[in-house]
Amino acid sequence: MNLKVEETGKVVLIVVKEERLDAHNSEELKKELARLFDEGKTRVVVDLKDVRFIDSSGLGSLVSGFKNASARQAELKLSSLQSQVKSMFELTRLHRVFDIYTTIDEAIEAF
Amino acid sequence: MKNNQIDLQITVPNQTRYLSLVGKISEELTSQVQNYDGDLDALANHINVVLTEALVNAIRHANSDNPDEEVQIRIIVMEHEILLQVFDHGKGFDLDTVLHNPVDTINELEDHGRGLYIIRSLMDSVNYRKIDGGNVLEMRKKF
Repeated sequence: MNLKVEETGKVVLIVVKEERLDAHNSEELKKELARLFDEGKTRVVVDLKDVRFIDSSGLGSLVSGFKNASARQAELKLSSLQSQVKSMFELTRLHRVFDIYTTIDEAIEAF
Repeated sequence: MKNNQIDLQITVPNQTRYLSLVGKISEELTSQVQNYDGDLDALANHINVVLTEALVNAIRHANSDNPDEEVQIRIIVMEHEILLQVFDHGKGFDLDTVLHNPVDTINELEDHGRGLYIIRSLMDSVNYRKIDGGNVLEMRKKF
């Protein structure tokens, strides 16, 4: 899976450079998020601008990251959801769980 | 074959690396639908999601992640209906308990368990039954 991980100040930005976040590749995102929170990172943004397809496993990897963050008083925010991806968050009601922002900058400023 | 009906059968190894391929094919087929009043791009995406979820269930649960197994898929696009069938040769899984749960019981903070919920939410009917040599998950969308 192609993930671009950048650290700017206290924020770690993960850009998912994939068209699909599904059962085939989402385990890698789940592990990356776990690794970052294990290292003590407290502010993480996952940007989904390139993702036009997400399935339940993709959603599950983000939920896993969210729970990992919550357990450590850290925060995970999402940015740049395409309409089809956003509709899957709404269908599963996860839009009520995550802090979702239109752009990366908005997500970072919200910490 | 009836007028304008498309009937496609695909067999892929029991591996998640083929999810993208099958999903794309299902999106392309859905884009051929002519009688749909709503957003056809959204419908195509939903069919892709549903088939992906059904395949993952077959690969991981019914066929126990055995890479030497295979999964058969049949996609039939009719005048007013899309029928998706996913065949497995494994021990199967119990769909009933999931399918009969009320929608409100979905646990938002579980990592797993959304796949069948998504299938049921996006399709008009879903059933899973034993057939000779395995099982078939059948999902219908009418329009």
